Amino acid sequence: MSSEWPLWEVFIRGQHGLNHRHVGSLHAPDAEMAINNARDVYTRRNEGVSIWVVRSSDIAASAPSEKGPLFEPANAKVYRHPTFFDIPDEAGHM
Amino acid sequence: MYAQMVKTDASRVKSPDDMDSQERAFQERIDAGQKIEPKEWMPEGYRKTLIRQISQHAHSEIVGQLPEGNWITRAPTLERKAILLAKVQDEAGHGLYLYCAAETLGVSRDALYEQLHSGKAKYSSIFNYPTLSWADIGAIGWLVDGAAIMNQVPLQRCSYGPYSRAMIRICKEESFHQRQGYDILIKMMKGTPAQKAMVQDALNRWWWPSLMMFGPSDDASVHSVQSMAWKIKQNSNDELRQKFVDQTVPQAEYLGLAVPDPDLKWNEEKGGYDFGEPDWNEFFEVIAGNGPCNAERLGARRTAWEDGAWFRDGLTAHAEKAARRAQPGAAE
Repeated sequence: MSSEWPLWEVFIRGQHGLNHRHVGSLHAPDAEMAINNARDVYTRRNEGVSIWVVRSSDIAASAPSEKGPLFEPANAKVYRHPTFFDIPDEAGHM
Repeated sequence: MYAQMVKTDASRVKSPDDMDSQERAFQERIDAGQKIEPKEWMPEGYRKTLIRQISQHAHSEIVGQLPEGNWITRAPTLERKAILLAKVQDEAGHGLYLYCAAETLGVSRDALYEQLHSGKAKYSSIFNYPTLSWADIGAIGWLVDGAAIMNQVPLQRCSYGPYSRAMIRICKEESFHQRQGYDILIKMMKGTPAQKAMVQDALNRWWWPSLMMFGPSDDASVHSVQSMAWKIKQNSNDELRQKFVDQTVPQAEYLGLAVPDPDLKWNEEKGGYDFGEPDWNEFFEVIAGNGPCNAERLGARRTAWEDGAWFRDGLTAHAEKAARRAQPGAAE
């Protein structure tokens, strides 16, 4: 008769001021238990200093089929990378 | 291994000419070393095989807590007890990482539990053997986790993203498991003759079941060839078993133990050991549910699940009530 607990996505901020990073998911009845469980499942070895959880059903994601239209335009814009430009050695560090 | 004899639904492996364009493009991505991610198109056989393999692996981690859990209350020191608790907790964590990975393929957690509890899904044969003495806890860490590492390290490169990422997390933690086991045995081998005899007895009982973990030779198996083409299996069972023996025998010698195999001999030419054949009849009996502890293990899992039902329901009810209260205009 039990209904399955909802799925939560877990994000952890590591020790050194980095962004929260997706580490996996888990089931829990509510946000508080999801954070408690995330502590035990994903930070047993000091992996983090902060936890975010969000219900998986609340995440909107781009579709794999949109990969081309979404990301290919950036391929043609190599000038966005600093290495595109040749700076003469004489100009010094830039 | 933790996943043994995983079937693929394949009667033969397709050549590129037999594939439709979508399937060929999929295979080319795998051949190019790209990762496949959850929502992307994949052949039904790939999806089903992965669900079988990952869930069997997850079930093994979960059931694998039981033989060791048997010794938590009887660990010889408080420190050993804390270490064993941490190790068993890791196994629970590994099971959870893997269930999550399986769920990304469109199967629900409860469905996976149901498959385990009904006996429909398998878990590794190794966990159907009893842990009779404290030396068994050392032997499990050293041999069983050692064999698992052999299999799991290459699986970090597996083609399915979520499985590969779960394996990376698991492998980071697994080395602790093997070392704590070996450390138990080193300590006991410095002890009394009775303690040394316990270690030898543990090796005698765990050696062959550990070699069976890799599964029977699969060089002629179409499932194995298909799984390798999909890069969800990287090495043959015999290859991994050979690697395991070559690594483990010197460790047994260091401890001063005799490996219980009269056919074990160093083969200079191949640069590895020759060794005897495990008793595959025993293996198939254990897989079929007739090992020494199959009924006990499944029984313990079912009891834990059923006894926890009121608690899961209670938390669900609490969460639903809190959510109703949080709605604007909700009556208190």
